[in-house]
Amino acid sequence: MYTFSSKLKTFSFILMAVGILGIGYGFLNAPKDIHEVENILSASSHGGHGEATHEEAKSHEEAHTTTKHEAKGEVSEANEHEEHLNHVLHQLQNKPWSALYVACIFFMLLTMGTLVFYAINVVAVAGWSPVLNRVMQGITAYLPIGSAIFFVILVMCGLHFNHIFSWLNEGVTDPASPNYDALIAGKAGYLNFGFWIARAFIFIAGWNLYRHLSRKNCLAQDEADDNANYKKNFKLSAGFLVFFIVSESIMSWDWIMSVDPHWFSTLFGWYVFASFFVSGITTIAMVTVYLKSKGYLEYVNTSHIHDLAKFMFGISIFWTYLWFSQFMLIWYADIPEEITYFVTRINDYNLPFFGAVVMNFVFPLLILVNTDFKRITWVIVMAGIVILAGHYIDFFNMIMPGTVGDQWFIGIPEISSVLFFLGLFIFTVFTALTKAPLLAKRNPYIEESKHFHY
Amino acid sequence: MSHIYDSSIRKPLVIGDKSYHDVTVDVAAPVEGLANKHWWIVFSIALTAFLWGIGCIVYTVSTGIGTWGLNKTVGWAWDITNFVWWVGIGHAGTLISAVLLLFRQRWRMAINRSAEAMTIFSVVQAGLFPIIHMGRPWLAYWVLPIPNQFGSLWVNFNSPLLWDVFAISTYLSVSLVFWWTGLLPDFAMLRDRAITPFNKRIYSILSFGWSGRVKDWQRFEEVSLVLAGLATPLVLSVHTIVSMDFATSVIPGWHTTIFPPYFVAGAVFSGFAMVNTLLIIMRKVSNLEAYITLQHIELMNLIIMITGSIVGVAYITELFIAWYSGVEYEQYAFLNRATGPYWWAYWSMMTCNVFSPQFMWFKKLRTSIMFSFIISIVVNIGMWFERFVIIVTSLHRDYLPSSWTMFSPTFVDIGIFIGTIGFFFVLFLLYSRTFPVIAQAEVKTILKATGDNYIREREAHKDSHHE
Repeated sequence: MYTFSSKLKTFSFILMAVGILGIGYGFLNAPKDIHEVENILSASSHGGHGEATHEEAKSHEEAHTTTKHEAKGEVSEANEHEEHLNHVLHQLQNKPWSALYVACIFFMLLTMGTLVFYAINVVAVAGWSPVLNRVMQGITAYLPIGSAIFFVILVMCGLHFNHIFSWLNEGVTDPASPNYDALIAGKAGYLNFGFWIARAFIFIAGWNLYRHLSRKNCLAQDEADDNANYKKNFKLSAGFLVFFIVSESIMSWDWIMSVDPHWFSTLFGWYVFASFFVSGITTIAMVTVYLKSKGYLEYVNTSHIHDLAKFMFGISIFWTYLWFSQFMLIWYADIPEEITYFVTRINDYNLPFFGAVVMNFVFPLLILVNTDFKRITWVIVMAGIVILAGHYIDFFNMIMPGTVGDQWFIGIPEISSVLFFLGLFIFTVFTALTKAPLLAKRNPYIEESKHFHY
Repeated sequence: MSHIYDSSIRKPLVIGDKSYHDVTVDVAAPVEGLANKHWWIVFSIALTAFLWGIGCIVYTVSTGIGTWGLNKTVGWAWDITNFVWWVGIGHAGTLISAVLLLFRQRWRMAINRSAEAMTIFSVVQAGLFPIIHMGRPWLAYWVLPIPNQFGSLWVNFNSPLLWDVFAISTYLSVSLVFWWTGLLPDFAMLRDRAITPFNKRIYSILSFGWSGRVKDWQRFEEVSLVLAGLATPLVLSVHTIVSMDFATSVIPGWHTTIFPPYFVAGAVFSGFAMVNTLLIIMRKVSNLEAYITLQHIELMNLIIMITGSIVGVAYITELFIAWYSGVEYEQYAFLNRATGPYWWAYWSMMTCNVFSPQFMWFKKLRTSIMFSFIISIVVNIGMWFERFVIIVTSLHRDYLPSSWTMFSPTFVDIGIFIGTIGFFFVLFLLYSRTFPVIAQAEVKTILKATGDNYIREREAHKDSHHE
């Protein structure tokens, strides 16, 4: 049985405490009204960099309000300035919320990546992976708490605590309102709070149900005389994967794509999947390597680590394939409905946008292509940290441009949110690992897995 | 792989009491024996279809593309549909040989040889269509960026059609090398068994002087792994680039970002269906039921079910996002697909590709050979319709309603398509009588671990230990 070392436990508490303080600071520090915004903007425009950002903000904001302009005709200069300040105010107020949102959805989906990897291994009757079953289940123990927090944040978005989802704003579907947006109004049958939150509830409940039942069956199999629990898990996993492939796409539209409510891409769901799938596998590798370094998981050998590293490598390439497909097709066709998405990212998010490709593709490609490197602990850890950070940035790039626009920077709210969820993740996962033996000893493929040699 | 441990609940991959020698004899039998009447009948039909196709090609080239049913609105129809269909079928071979090798799926060993053969033969069919469509096939080398004296004649690197030239020729070359590498020890086996000097001569040329020394095997394994690593991205790239022929354009229904992975999934789907079609017949005709077992067919059915479902999710995604986008052209394109004049093609596609594979959820059905065979044909019909639907329904109602029209194929369109089917079967039937259709050297490596008799022996041994 694994015991959660007090050192790691203390570390997780410190992370959470620091995280909470930083998140609180982020919320308190957000501007309350447009006067504060004016001060912030004039302070930052003293630097040469601020000027440029300000100009871009203006054009960005203009793009947002063109439909309104057409409706209203002439708008006075003063009015426009105030509108701009209001817009920036919303962006800055969104910032701590978005920071929280990105970190929260990233850790939750990373857990889902692990859960899906587990389910695929069960369904594929993989012989190499059963010694890792308990590690994967430990990681997915974060799902209940992680998804509960996420659900609460979604409800708070619906209660207008923030403007992350601009389609939730007052009057966007009302032709009489000054906020009317014809495109969003056309989607109202799908993008409305009731339907949206109901979908979220069903998906999160379904995923948690599978995680709960599969864990239960796997534990019951330990003491069983036959393979009945194993067979149950097999069927359950197949069912879950069907539910998942459908819910995953819809989830990505609901929780990420609709942040930019005018934009659309059919590939988006699978692109998001590749991102959190590789993150989940990387997490499995890192937790495994950690436990191994503490003397646990006696049956996990370098071949298992090698296989995990191969998946880290392979799915990183797969992510890049989808990144490229989505980017290239939109860039090539260059139609206004779609291209705005990448124009915003290349203009305002240049470093994180291309940085993510370096971290998620170039780096893993170069470091993990080598067979021997895939078996070296510190290489796995280093590559893992870069991949996880890279995919956090990927989620950052997907969400921030639609919520804070060009007012982004990775500061206290962003870092603190990550620290908080990381602390919570470590605490939940390693607590769960203490609850059951680390070897699923009665799995029918456990002997194959123990003797796995490649 | 010094030590293979198999769980006792895994099913054997080779059934019956097969020794190493039995494997050799069983695989060599179709090559060493004489063709029976059925083979000659099927071969004659295929050859006739092939000759008819050649006639239609000659007619097209000598008269012009006007012999096809194309018109000013629908400028691409059967030719490109057939092209994409054949390329798609060519996907299973490399998936089985490369991706399944990387995933250490030992069941691939019974089917990889024929799947790769099918890949190469179907890519050959695919390659014919663009060449014929050029109108002057003798100038086909103009698609290559080679130095020339024709002035400004140079390929357009911005065009996905050119990317296709590279993608498909690379795929064909790598698949061919991969296939031939695997064939070397098996050709050598046929060479060593050959009785007539002529056969011995031929098979010794084909086997490149394979000696069976340890060094040969070591290089064989190394090159297989390297080629598998190279071929895996190729599996994805080929159909990705084929999809870009459409997706880079701004035609509603074509320009959609999900095309690359969805085309790949569809290609694997149709490729496995074709493998099933061919192997269900071959295992019977060539007496290979002990190697290509019911379990192999079941596993292929499962892959068909999974890829069919992925394709289904992509169809629904396209449909939904067309509505969600708020772009009226996209919305109309999809509404027109499902309810317009080509509704029958759309619903044939949906029925064959999305609904029919769902029967494979039932163990009774996916382990029924007759049912598997029927579904494999249904899927291939469905995948042909998929390409037809994408291509023709998006084109036949373009931005200018005055040019809205329908497409009807001429006998030449149909004849060339039938001709390629004939050509494909001619090649495959010749292959099945002259090549070792099962990678017998590889099957021998797993015989002790997964052979039915060895498993039984092991179990008996274990029991006696317990007592």
